[in-house]
Amino acid sequence: MKQLLETSSNSISGIAGEETQKFHFCVSLLLLAMLWVMPLWVVAGEAQPMADDPVLEKRVMALSAELRCLVCQNQSLADSHAELAQDLRREVRDLMKSGKTDPEVVEYLVARYGDFVRYRPPMNSATALLWFGPLILIVGGGIVLLITLSRRRKRIAEVTPLSDAERTRAAMLLNNKVNDGAGENRA
Amino acid sequence: MWRYLVPLGAFLALAVFLWMGLGRDPSTVPSPLINKAAPEFRLAQLHEPTQQIGRADMLGKVWLLNVWASWCVACRQEHPILMELSRTRLVPIYGLNYKDKREDGINWLAQFGNPYVVSASDIDGRVGIDYGVYGVPETFVIDRQGIIRYKHIGPVTVDALKTKILPLVKELEKT
Repeated sequence: MKQLLETSSNSISGIAGEETQKFHFCVSLLLLAMLWVMPLWVVAGEAQPMADDPVLEKRVMALSAELRCLVCQNQSLADSHAELAQDLRREVRDLMKSGKTDPEVVEYLVARYGDFVRYRPPMNSATALLWFGPLILIVGGGIVLLITLSRRRKRIAEVTPLSDAERTRAAMLLNNKVNDGAGENRA
Repeated sequence: MWRYLVPLGAFLALAVFLWMGLGRDPSTVPSPLINKAAPEFRLAQLHEPTQQIGRADMLGKVWLLNVWASWCVACRQEHPILMELSRTRLVPIYGLNYKDKREDGINWLAQFGNPYVVSASDIDGRVGIDYGVYGVPETFVIDRQGIIRYKHIGPVTVDALKTKILPLVKELEKT
């Protein structure tokens, strides 16, 4: 920024300024050119794995989205740019080319990296709680709720009923109230 | 009484699980290869590319397979420890030079010292994948029958050597 200000003041003051202005123009041109070229470069880099066979590539990417990258564990193999992820995608591609089915490819990776590579954990003794935990919670919660409700209902039923005198007084109070309310509404 | 004990018990159980979770390193993935036969491989040797080395060559002895690369920063950290270990001659260390250029690997060893009996060049990383390598360095303890008994992820520390790797090697050598 400081340099920028200096050159602009130079350009006002004469020939030396003209030189720097020219230089400045060239630099901006170069930067603009780089800005224009850079996205192309990046796109070229990303598009590269799109092999000769787009159908196969689609299959590779679909399966990779189901697999975890072991380097950056919150990313799938499809999203990750880690070198290992690229290698594993290459491996998946080669296996598919040799006619392996999707489950066979997953099995190949699980044999090397464990169930951890799958985003959908398989059902076994170690993951049973993961699969059935929510079900246990909701069933348990429902049972507790039902017990509490039935207990409360019993408690309400156990309350001694009103005597006749209390009942007539209650009815009178209620009627008055209703009448009063209606009157107010009309007014 | 129950209405206090049940929530308290539930809280304590949750606290214990969360506490255990705190102490675990999520970046270490347990290997499914433990107690399984080490994957077969046949690779060119780093220093003598015309000669090959494979798992079968080490059958009959307990050995360490250390996955390393010249581009790996953590490998420098463990390197002096491996040098020290090779000097003790307690267990032979074989290297897997993972995804490295040959010259880079050789230069690196020339600069820092070579603790390996032999290093194998895994230039495209395929053997690394077979061994479930996902970060360098990693170290495998392999027994006489060629079965992987232990995997250490990350740089080998003096502590890991003393408490885990060397006692295991000693035990495996008895059998």
